[in-house]
Order: sequence, then C-alpha cells, then structure tokens
Amino acid sequence: MTDTQQTTTKVTRKRAEDLKAGGFIPQRQSGKITVRCKAPGGRVTAERLEKIAEVARKYGQGIVHLSVRMSPEILYVDLENLDAVVAELAEAGQEIASCGKRFRVTTACGGCEYNPNGLTDTQRLAEEATRQFFGQDTPHKFKTCFSGCPIDCMRAREMDLGFQGMVEPMLVEENCTFCGLCVKACQDDALHMEEGELPVRDLDRCIGCGDCIKACAFDSMVQKRVGHAVYVGGKHGKHPHVAYPVAALVPDEKVFDVIQVTIAWHREHGVKGERIGSTIDRVGIDSYRRALQEVVGDCLLTQEDLQKPRWRHVFYDGLADTFPAYAKV
Amino acid sequence: MEQKPDAATDVTPDLKIDLRGTPCPMNWVEAKLQLEKMEPGQLLEMILDDGDPIRNVPRTIKADGHKVVRAKSLEDGFVLVVERGPNRPPRR
Repeated sequence: MTDTQQTTTKVTRKRAEDLKAGGFIPQRQSGKITVRCKAPGGRVTAERLEKIAEVARKYGQGIVHLSVRMSPEILYVDLENLDAVVAELAEAGQEIASCGKRFRVTTACGGCEYNPNGLTDTQRLAEEATRQFFGQDTPHKFKTCFSGCPIDCMRAREMDLGFQGMVEPMLVEENCTFCGLCVKACQDDALHMEEGELPVRDLDRCIGCGDCIKACAFDSMVQKRVGHAVYVGGKHGKHPHVAYPVAALVPDEKVFDVIQVTIAWHREHGVKGERIGSTIDRVGIDSYRRALQEVVGDCLLTQEDLQKPRWRHVFYDGLADTFPAYAKV
Repeated sequence: MEQKPDAATDVTPDLKIDLRGTPCPMNWVEAKLQLEKMEPGQLLEMILDDGDPIRNVPRTIKADGHKVVRAKSLEDGFVLVVERGPNRPPRR
C-alpha cells in the first residue's frame, strides 16, 4: 500500500507512479485523486455499488466515472483521505484496481451465464484471471479480456492478451430433419446442403459462433466442444496494434496457463515500456508461438490456418496480408 | 373449424400465425401469448422472417419447455410447428 500520510498537495512524478500502482490517479486539480475500484468483468454487487456511492458522496463530489475498462472510478478524492477511502470501501469487500506497468483488471462481457450469444463463462474466468494475476509487474501495461463469442464485444483483438469464445459444432445425423434452418442461420457461408442431403460444414469458413446450433430445433446440430480463440499483442491508443491470432478452441482449463506463459514471455523478452505487441514485432512471433505451444499443443494456429477465410475475415479487409508468415514450430 | 394438413409441413396445426414483419423479440412474445391460450399438446404453426428469428426463436421455444415438431425453410422466411408444452409452475 502506498504512503498516504503525505498531506502535501504537490504530487511528484515518483509519487504519481506509486499512486498509480495502487489504482490512485492524480487529477489535473492539485491534490485531487481519482480512486479506481476493482470490478473484474464489470461485475459489482449491489452492496459494493452502494458503498462506492456512499464513499463518492462522503469523500468526493458524488460523481463516479465508469472507466473504459469497466472500473468504477470515484472522482475528486483528497489525497489525505485515501487511507479512509480504502478502509471504507473494504468494509463492503470493494478492492482498489491498478494502473501503470502491470497486469490490469480483466474485462469481460456477460458470457454464457446470462447472455444468449455467450459460449464461455467469461465472468468467472475474468474474476479468476484477476485473482491470479492482478498487479503482477510487466514491461508495460498488460490488458486482458474475455469475449464470450465471435461477436467479440470486449475486443479481444485489441488486447495484449484476448480470449474470445468459440464452439465446434457437430451434426447428430439421425436427428436431422433436413429443414435447412442451420444453413440459413449461418452468416459465414460455412454450411451447405444439397436437396435431401445432410448439411456439410466448411471448416475453412466456420468461425465457431454457434448460430447453427441455436437455429436447430431438433438437437441435431450440437456443441461438440467449446473453447477460446487467443489473440496476442493487440492494443489501442495513439499507435494501435492489431493482435496476432495464435490459437483456437483452447479449453477453459488451459486459459490460466496461457496467461502465465504469455506474461513470462513478455518479461523475458520485453524491454521496459514496451507492450507485448512491439516485443513480438522485434523478437518475432515464432518465439512466442513456441512458448505458447508448450501449453496449447494442437490448438496453436499455423500459417495454413491463417490463409483460411475463417481467420482472414476476422480482421479488416487486407490486414491479414500484413501478418508475418508463421513458421513451423 | 377443421383444418387440412399443411402442404409444407404435413401436420395439421390447431392455430396458425404469420409473424413475418414482427421483429425479435416481439415475434416470440406474440407466439408465447398464443401458446398460453392453448392446451398442452396442441400445435401452433408460426411463420417467421429469416435473419435474427432463426437464431433466436427455436432456441427460446426449447428453453420455454415447448417442442418444435416441424421446421421448414420457405423462399421468404421459415415455418415452425410448435407443440405446446406442459403447464409449468409460475416463475418466482
């Protein structure tokens, strides 16, 4: 915890770094601090939300800003009140988030818990990722997210490490009534059906969204397995960097190993102030892919995969051509 | 009034509604209201638009405890014949 006894209203650069490590952001108003509250996946209990409101009224100006990464931020807190703010938030179990060069609170959509499109349990995964990795030092900020399906509302392709839910469908032939609704449901031209014949899936086009499964009223098109597409090296900001797609259908139980190995690789190869996307550009994507393969095995994407419409189409037109060729690892 | 088996689905529905032009989720709300007036086991034929309803309606029918007994794609939209499920205790 940072030293909050200091009552001076002048916030030095060093002091500002210390504060940011603890999730306290100096405002342009001298001596005023924004307190960033931890809310993995943007999930907050009503009790914590009430406590945040109470603290915002008592120590701030009754204003809370929801950060772009889903953290409720209490504005206009006096520097000398930080200890009291932290203690009072803790009464409701509300912890403080973080800024600076470290693993940030993981963001997530609603996921399969309550969102009809959700394929993966993004909320639980975001909470667990935050529990395991939050605050770990990295060469630069390290942002992660869980999107529950290929719609990718959380923008996995703009994260240092993004996970996006996907499903592998399977046809139970004896249940098929040849109604063709799965073919109509597919928006990626990945299912075809000749008159009176079973639907056939085009593996080069299927993005794993599960629309065909939702359309099937007869439990014929069903879920074979669910997992995560993994994107690494993305960021937004002044100089955006699109992420590299590196793995597909990675199961839940491998997710935390993927995070572990990615952080470790970034620490080993990254220089201070360098996001992992830049490290990959400098060191080479295959170095990272070799490290990742130790964890994901056959889920690792190959150069052949990247040539398929299925992977080319998840980026802006033409962008896939700019990726360096993936070597055999 | 006696109805004839539908040429497209070869079953005789007790009631038909054409929900083309009614967007999600109002199409399902209307279908649900109809199903609630019917007896368990009766058949409701509904015609729906292509697009979102394909991804939403079959899934919701199953989740609400009814059963799709026929599905047929049309030139413009699609048909579902739904068997009204058993009465379920009201949700808390």
